Amino acid sequence: MTVDASGLSYCDGSGLGLLLEIRRRQEARGAAFELRGLAEQFRALLDLFGPAGVGAMPGPRRRGGLVEGAGRAAAGLLADVREMVGFVGTLTFELCRLALRPMSLRWKDAFWAAERAGVNALPIVALIGFLIGLIMAFQAAMPMRKFGAEIYAADLVAISTLRELGPLMTAIVLAGRSGSAFAAEIGTMKVNEEVNALTTMGLSPFRFLVLPRVVATVAMTPLLTVFTNLCGLIGGAVVLVIMGFPLVTYANQVSGAVGMADLLGGLAKAVVFGVLVAGAGCLKGLQTKTGASAVGESTTRAVVAGIVLILVSDGVFSVVYYALGI
Amino acid sequence: MDSGPVIRVEGLKAAYEGKVVFQGVSFEVRRGEVFVVLGGSGCGKSTLLKHLIGLYAPAAGRIQIEGEDLVAAEGEGRRRILRRLGVMYQSGALFGSLDLLENVMLPMEECTDLPREARLLIARMKLKLVGLEGFERYRPSEISGGMQKRAAIARAMALDPGLLFLDEPSAGLDPVTSAELDQLILRLARSLGITFVLVTHELASIFAIASRSIMLDREAMGVVAEGTPAELRDRSSDPRVRRFFRREANIA
Repeated sequence: MTVDASGLSYCDGSGLGLLLEIRRRQEARGAAFELRGLAEQFRALLDLFGPAGVGAMPGPRRRGGLVEGAGRAAAGLLADVREMVGFVGTLTFELCRLALRPMSLRWKDAFWAAERAGVNALPIVALIGFLIGLIMAFQAAMPMRKFGAEIYAADLVAISTLRELGPLMTAIVLAGRSGSAFAAEIGTMKVNEEVNALTTMGLSPFRFLVLPRVVATVAMTPLLTVFTNLCGLIGGAVVLVIMGFPLVTYANQVSGAVGMADLLGGLAKAVVFGVLVAGAGCLKGLQTKTGASAVGESTTRAVVAGIVLILVSDGVFSVVYYALGI
Repeated sequence: MDSGPVIRVEGLKAAYEGKVVFQGVSFEVRRGEVFVVLGGSGCGKSTLLKHLIGLYAPAAGRIQIEGEDLVAAEGEGRRRILRRLGVMYQSGALFGSLDLLENVMLPMEECTDLPREARLLIARMKLKLVGLEGFERYRPSEISGGMQKRAAIARAMALDPGLLFLDEPSAGLDPVTSAELDQLILRLARSLGITFVLVTHELASIFAIASRSIMLDREAMGVVAEGTPAELRDRSSDPRVRRFFRREANIA
């Protein structure tokens, strides 16, 4: 076959592909192929693929088998656990040191973090607390009404809010709101090399970035939990007042159902939840790798890790409180 | 002043996830010179810089900063070495939540007992030195890339280090701004006697400011040439060096 390309003044990638494919087919059949008069600039492109036409397609890159993949995943998990243990150790050490030298904390940063994690979270925490109290009271009062026991919905709301749902919901909101924000902030600083800049200035990123956030969250979580509890009780009150019970009856029922131990038990949980949420957020932020998607991944991991840690520790608290008779 | 090497690197090997980036890298940086690490993309220039500033631990070899072993140093000893050097990162790495003045004051705030008034004065001086007078209250996001790099140099100089590391100072800058930055580096090196270690592949910058340089190569996984930029360009017989200085593409 002879192709006369002397009149060719423009040829794009598709045209070159066509010429190459014709040549390949001819050569595969053992037939002759001649290309005449092709302009020099097109000839140079055609020659990139050599006289034998387009080379064989390289096979897919070896990604490793199932066993190798499982091994890599296990090694990654172990490294993650090791890093987490190291982080917990450093955090404990730094918190103890802070207790001895409170002025070593960057209080300005801590107040800033407290404002964002605490004050700014108040409306959403209050709304969730109110709705949970309201829904719980309504769902409990309806079946209880059949037995004339709807006033006991107040007991249910008070006990479950103060002991369980108040701290739990507050912590989950904080994990979604502040844990993710911490991971994103520190992750962005990591990507922008600001964390490296701190290290090379001889400053500890831990003291600079992690401690103020942890202290702020630990201080704010119990306070927010108090608000969640209060709003939950108000939600329950709304339902029972609408059902015809005087507010004082509801208040008496609540005060008879729960005591200081229930409130303090819930707040103790909140303190631990605060450490876990802030710790997970900061750790995932510091673990951020490079690239545009890295910060997003860290944020997601911070929220997931925060919620899992909250639920696991809540289970541990339940067992411990049961054993202690609280 | 001691005329011995400020940095001595011996047999440095860097590896990432088991893959060797470079090995057997040895060189010295003398006091007061502008030392440039050059080479093509992916040859390990920035990795070398991160080893020199203590961010990465070497797989093998020694790094001495002013006679002290950076690799072996720990705790306060390591912090003491690090405080003798300043670093300007490729992106500037200024703290976005602080204005320029606060950025420059931060190292002084954390590492010295200077009163606030003194810190303010020194920070303003440093910003003036890099031509950013009047921009003290600007946030990094409110100024141009070239200004961010100058502010990052001011912050790196906050504790008056004798040694400044600059990672790709010309990256992302137009030729005029890049030339201004080169002039600033030369001025600081001459007037303050600061030793500069730069990582770059910008030929114009290299010839404008470098006293001496080494060239890394990806395939050689190490140093392929050492000398002044003119020596490397005119006398090197190594084809990789010649290709780099002649800006020849390596496409078969």
